[in-house]
Formats: sequence, C-alpha cells, structure tokens
Amino acid sequence: MAISAVSDTTLREAPPPRRQRLLEDERWLAFVLLVPTIVLLGMFIAYPFMRGILLSVTSSRVGIPGDFVGLANFYKIFNDGIFRTAVYNTFLYTGVTTVFKLALGLWLAMLLNRNFRGKAFMRAFILLPFIIPTVLSTFAWKWMFDPTFSVLNWLLYHFGLITGRINWLGDPDLAMISIIIVNIWRGVPFFAISLLAGLQTISPELNEAAAIDGAKPWQRFWHITWPLLLPVTMVVMLFSVIQTFADFQIVYVMTGGGPANATHLFATYAYQIGVGTGLLSEGAAISLAMFPVLFLIVVLQLLYIRRVEVR
Amino acid sequence: MIEGARWRKWVFFYVPMALFLLFLLFPFYWMVITSVRPDGELYRPWNSSNYNPFWTWKPTWDHVRYLFEETLFASWLWNTTFIALASTAISLVCGVFAGYALSRLNFPFAGSLGTAIFITYLVPQTLLFIPLAEIIRNYRLGDTPWSLILTYPTFLIPFCTWIMMGYFKAVPKELEECARIDGASRWQAMLYIVIPVAVPGILSAGIFAFTLSWNEFIYALVFLSSPEQKTVPVGVTSELIRGDVFYWGPLMAGALLGSIPVAIAYSFFVEHYVAGLTGSVKG
Repeated sequence: MAISAVSDTTLREAPPPRRQRLLEDERWLAFVLLVPTIVLLGMFIAYPFMRGILLSVTSSRVGIPGDFVGLANFYKIFNDGIFRTAVYNTFLYTGVTTVFKLALGLWLAMLLNRNFRGKAFMRAFILLPFIIPTVLSTFAWKWMFDPTFSVLNWLLYHFGLITGRINWLGDPDLAMISIIIVNIWRGVPFFAISLLAGLQTISPELNEAAAIDGAKPWQRFWHITWPLLLPVTMVVMLFSVIQTFADFQIVYVMTGGGPANATHLFATYAYQIGVGTGLLSEGAAISLAMFPVLFLIVVLQLLYIRRVEVR
Repeated sequence: MIEGARWRKWVFFYVPMALFLLFLLFPFYWMVITSVRPDGELYRPWNSSNYNPFWTWKPTWDHVRYLFEETLFASWLWNTTFIALASTAISLVCGVFAGYALSRLNFPFAGSLGTAIFITYLVPQTLLFIPLAEIIRNYRLGDTPWSLILTYPTFLIPFCTWIMMGYFKAVPKELEECARIDGASRWQAMLYIVIPVAVPGILSAGIFAFTLSWNEFIYALVFLSSPEQKTVPVGVTSELIRGDVFYWGPLMAGALLGSIPVAIAYSFFVEHYVAGLTGSVKG
C-alpha cells in the first residue's frame, strides 16, 4: 500500500530540485536529520555543563556575577559537615535501596513469570508506582508517615506492636528509613517488569532439563536463571543506580532534607544552597561533585556489561 | 512450576503476590480515601477509639471543589498537558530522525555520535539544573512553558533515539532498496517506507516520553515561579502547603486528579509502554 503511494508521487515529481539531490547524499541526509538533536542537546546539556563548571569556580550569587575564586567552593563544601552527611546519605540510600529493589524486583518478576489468570492485568497494576508522578505519590507516603495521623502507627498499635506513637519523619534515622522505603516502593516495579522481560527470553526447556537431572529449585535459579539474566540485570542496575544517586523528589517532599539537615542527598542540598539561599556557584559545585561518581559508575558498568556480552 | 501439595502454592505464590500488591497499591487506596474524607474525620488522632482509617461513611467532594475553586488546579492540569504533549512531539521528531540516521546511514563519526547520545541518556536532571536555570533566564524563557518544552527533550530525545534505533535496525534493507529502485528518493523511502513500519516503536517512545515529562519535577520547580504557570506536581507542592500547614484533603485530591490523566494514557498503551520500558533498557 505504502509502496504504491510512493511510486505515484515520485512519478509526478520527476526532475528532483537541487535540495533533493543534496538529500540523496547519505552524509548530507544524516547531517540534516541529526541537526535538531545536536542543537537541542548542545544548547541544553553540553553548554549548561560547561557553564556549570565555570560557575563552580566563581563566587556568583543570584544577580551578582562574582569573581574567579579557583577551587574555593569545592574546598568549602568538603569541609562542610552537612555536605559530608549528604555524601554519606547518598551512598547509603543508593546502596540499600538497590539491594532491596533488586531482591524484591527479581522475586516479583519470578512470580509474574508463571502462568495464572489475570496476569496482564496484574502486570499493568504493578507498574503504577512507577507511572504516577513521584512527587504526588510521595505525598501519599508523607501523609501515611504523618506524626499525628499516621495510618502506619494505627496499624502497628492495633496489632499490639507499639504502645506510643512513632515520629517517623522527626527522627534522623527513622526519616532515612522512611525515605528508603518510599524509594524501594517506587523502584521495585521497574526492576520487576524489566527483569520479567529478561526472564521471558530464557527458554523453559533449560529449567525442565535441569529438573529432570535432579536439580533443586534453588540450584536451578543459581546455575541457570541468574547467569542468563545477568546482562539484563546489569543494565537495569546501571539505570537505577544513576537515578537513585541523583534523586531529588522523594527527599524534597518527605523531609526537605530535615530534621536538622540529616537526610540531605547531593541534589537536595545543591537545591537548598543554590536555589534556596541563592549561592549559585556553591550549589553548582555541590551538584557537579556528583559527576565523578556518576562517571565512574557508568564506566565500570559499561565495561562489565561488555565483558558479560563477550563471554 | 510449583509441584506438590496445595499449601505450597499458597505459601510460594498467592501470599507473596498478595503482599506485593498490598505494598505497591496501598498508597493509591490511601490517596483515594483521603480525598473524599471530610476534614472532621481526617484530623482525628491515630489512637482515638472510634477511628476507622480505612473507610468513610460520609464521602465528600469538598476537597475537589476546593481544588478547582480556590486554587489554579485547572490551569496546572492544562499547563502540564500542553508541556508534556509539546515536548513529546519535539522529542519524537528528533528521536525518529536521529534514530534513522544512526541506525541506517553511513557517515563519518556515526559511532562516536551514537555513544555521545547514549551518554546524555545517563545525565540526570539534578546535575545541571543550576547552570540551566541561569541559561533559561538569559534566553528570557524563565516562567514560560517554553522553558520546559525546550529542556524536557534533553532527557527524552536520547531514549527516543535509542528505542527507535532498535526498531529501525529490524526493518530489512531490501524494503528500502525496492522503493529506491522504483524511483523514490532517500527522503521519501524513509518517510513512506521505513517510518510507517516502525510505528509501534514511535508509540512506545511517545507514551514513555509523555509519562516522563508529566512526572518531571525539578526543572519545573526551578524554572517556573508564578502560580498560574505551574505544572501539577509543582503547583500541588507549593500552593497547597502554607508554611507548616498541609491541606491534606485537597493535597490528596490533587495528587489523585494529577495522576489520572497519565494513568489513563498508560492504560490505553500498556503493551507499548512495557515495550518502551524494556526497549529502553535492552536497546
């Protein structure tokens, strides 16, 4: 159908104008097709990145251009107790949530990989935490963790597990745990659905053959499913680790970095300094401090993925 | 694959599955029930005796009415829709073109360009928001929808390109060559032969891009300042909390209504969304 439509139009436009002849050249066509992408990414990623580096070595504030100060901003933040807490929190947050998201996501993926009624429906519902705007669903969690009206406290109280109230977001450790729970909640569906796609590419015959040979379920998982799933797992982890490391929304809504700046991550602290107090260059320095770590994660994971794929 | 007694199926399948569903969906139930619960019931301490948190016998529309009459919620919804659709459209055009060029054309630096686009895929928004805010101000785009329509493609184009490359690679070269022998130009062969075959990919990339731009928060928070310009996530955050006072009823109603459009869009294209999600991971 489409083919006949083309031959009709081409017959009518027999002599191609110069512009069209240029597009016949593969290089020119590629160039024309790539220009919009390169312009947008250049203007709003590459250029801001350069600007960020320049900003971080000056003393700019909102409305004041500032002077060149070298690495003073970096020196200042590395000696800042809150920044150190934020660095520690970010690593803790990323590490703990990734372990849980991987374990729970894999478990859920294996449950979904069975045949049962309403499977497609179930899969659609399970993705909801990932689809719904994070800020909005995090408000539901904040309301569930509310010190006075918490439904979680109500449940724990009525099951006889607690006698007094738990002030979830008022205590630094509990606040960190709360944030970690929300992040796990949000991330499990992504892991589960991506890993499910990976599981579906593994031929069930492999597992059946191993079962006939007498392999226990746990052995089958460890020696067959896990190694075959590893490449997909690594890519999913790469995306998740980067997103979690640079997370902003959950902490911003749940605690705003409080109580007493105990739950800041890189991004929320950069926001507080850069936008909240208007110290632009210091804020830029804080968020740029994420870059070496992100870069390292990407390089390591890509190298690992390549090794797995070659093998 | 579960052999043996019936109880095994309960222990290894039904119970874990039910717990997962409870964990993943309870917050949404909580959103719904809070948004129709009258204030008198809402602010009853958790340990008072006659309190049943899971149900209400006196549902009310007050919170929804408050949202539409006392706040600019309707304009936030409109802003979010417009921004999400416009940035998705821009990203799709760019992504389809770039994906076509990178997967089907030979030109110098194709490999390194592909890698560069993949790396921008991994740049989180929180890395660049401060210098970007300055640039937006210099271009005089601050506090307009264009500040978001032009910046959202930075995280949408890379994965649109990525998904489209996957789909374009699957289209056989012969199909395009046939059309060219029949006299079609390269441009026409792309537009009328290759792109129509990749429509499922465009849908996947589109629905994924739409949900991502509907959910975006930090750029919208930093670039927009006047209440009537805001998107739903930012409007709900900044206008329904006054100091330390949270208007929980309207907040939850706003969270619910702000989620419904994206949930509807998602429900129509679940399969495409899942294909986009897994495609964006596998590449």
